[in-house]
Amino acid sequence: MDPHLTWNLYRDVTQLFDYPFMVNAYRAGTIVAVTAAIIGWFMVLRRQTFAGHTFALVSFPGAAGAILIGVSATYGFFAFSICAALVIAASSRSSRGGYIEESAVIGTVQALGLAFGFLFVSLSHRNVSGAQALLFGGLVGITNDQVIQLLVGGLVVLAIVGFIWRPLLFASVDPDVAAARGVPVQVLAVVFLLVLAVAAAEASQVTGSLLVFALLVLPPATAELLVERPGLSLLTAVAIALLVTWLGLAMSYYNDYPIGFHITSLAFGAYLLAQGWRRLPRWTPFARTSV
Amino acid sequence: MDAFREDFRMTQILVTANPISAVSDMLSHPFMRYAFISGTGIAVPAGLLSYFIVLRRQVFTGDALGHAAFTGALAALAIGADLRLGLFAITVAGGLLLGVLGNKARADDVVIGSFFAWMLGLGVLFLSIFTASQSAGNGAGGVRVLFGSIFGLDLVQAQVSVAIGAGITIALLAMARPLLFATIDEAVAEARRIPVRLLGYTFLVLVGLGTGQATQAVGALLILGLLATPGGIAQRLTTRPYVGLLLSCLVAVGSLWVGLTLSYALPSWPPSFSILAVASSAYVVVLVSSNAMRILASRGESDMLLDPVA
Repeated sequence: MDPHLTWNLYRDVTQLFDYPFMVNAYRAGTIVAVTAAIIGWFMVLRRQTFAGHTFALVSFPGAAGAILIGVSATYGFFAFSICAALVIAASSRSSRGGYIEESAVIGTVQALGLAFGFLFVSLSHRNVSGAQALLFGGLVGITNDQVIQLLVGGLVVLAIVGFIWRPLLFASVDPDVAAARGVPVQVLAVVFLLVLAVAAAEASQVTGSLLVFALLVLPPATAELLVERPGLSLLTAVAIALLVTWLGLAMSYYNDYPIGFHITSLAFGAYLLAQGWRRLPRWTPFARTSV
Repeated sequence: MDAFREDFRMTQILVTANPISAVSDMLSHPFMRYAFISGTGIAVPAGLLSYFIVLRRQVFTGDALGHAAFTGALAALAIGADLRLGLFAITVAGGLLLGVLGNKARADDVVIGSFFAWMLGLGVLFLSIFTASQSAGNGAGGVRVLFGSIFGLDLVQAQVSVAIGAGITIALLAMARPLLFATIDEAVAEARRIPVRLLGYTFLVLVGLGTGQATQAVGALLILGLLATPGGIAQRLTTRPYVGLLLSCLVAVGSLWVGLTLSYALPSWPPSFSILAVASSAYVVVLVSSNAMRILASRGESDMLLDPVA
């Protein structure tokens, strides 16, 4: 395989799809980008990035544990991600010190989860580089079955979010008023954490937790800086996620460096541009007009 | 390192013989002595930092710096420099950057997340460069950075980690009082001319140093446990700041010692896992028992409230 860029742009693009593994990489990347951007948009709005990062890492002990006892990895990540979500939800509900304690609990859950993953890997006497694949894996080598698994998982998650998005948005923007209006804020918080956990763990099972976390946080954070209206901002997040994923895949096809690096760098670049744009003084040509 | 793991005789000695001879037996191995020495040099500052981190709600910052440490170490490995140099350079720079990005040297959740998603991307880049440059193609260096190798330290490393740990501890204790003030009531502290911003930056630099140093013992991915759990336990047990600081420090050191002993007795348990398992179990016990006490107490109170009505 010797892909190289030519001046023929059309050939460059068709060349991307010469190999089935790239076709599957694009399919998986597209599914993950759309799902992560939508869930991540709510996550960023609710300022639960830390929890999101924890869930993206929880797929590692799940998968390693499942391999150790010899069951399907699906059970492993479901078990671990749901447990993590419930523990974090319980801590944020019952905590005396509010967020002070919640963040300590999330940190403990994450560290313990990783420690369990490490234990499982060393108990099963497997090569630990498998751990690196789980943490930093990319989009290469994904099978048709995994694409379907991602698609089903993504559709289920999006269906749940589609069902609860209105009260969830209300509860995220102004929890006090929402609670006063009879919106079940606490229940929504638990449901959202569960959805976030399962979505993040399921996707990072296939693509590695780094990529999932980057797509969860960066496109929505950029969209939040650019657009104020909720619906438009959500669409912007999805558009950025797709663009970044497609470009990143193409770039890593034409040079040797990992996909995770390209996608996160592009997404972070977009985020920095958005930050810079927001801080432009008013008299410059492209400064924001709204407040 | 694998030789001792196979030696299950030690396990039996530890379980059956009297505790004193078992401990002296354990400490007769140089690698265990170094692990205890350097581990204590890491756990004391980590416990103290942890109390402030939890109080200042900066656990996520610690998480981010832990991942930055991974990237820094791999960058150093990729260009062939000393691993520790990369670690400290990037954790300190990362601490300062997160301070600049945030408001009054306290960064926002989303800003931190965005920053270190990219940090991880860079880490993967360096990992691929590093593994490509290794002709054997083994990723052992990367794994060591991720999960730590406290049983693989030598005397010099142990001394260095104690020296750095002592430095962090002294600096932190020297600024403990104003930092507590600035943390608990920022506005009043500012009005009293306490340099809140400067304290915030200094604190983040100390967290960066502590993270970089602890990465060797428990690894970049697991350092978060030593920075989150002891502080969380102390917050639950006491509202008095200095007692809390001491408690947090004791929890960190205690989990490290018990964890190391456990891993010595059960060679298949990696030390990073044992240390965090001990700390987390302690947290669970504290959370559950204090919740139970509170439920009992509130039941008592509501009875008293109801009495006059009845």
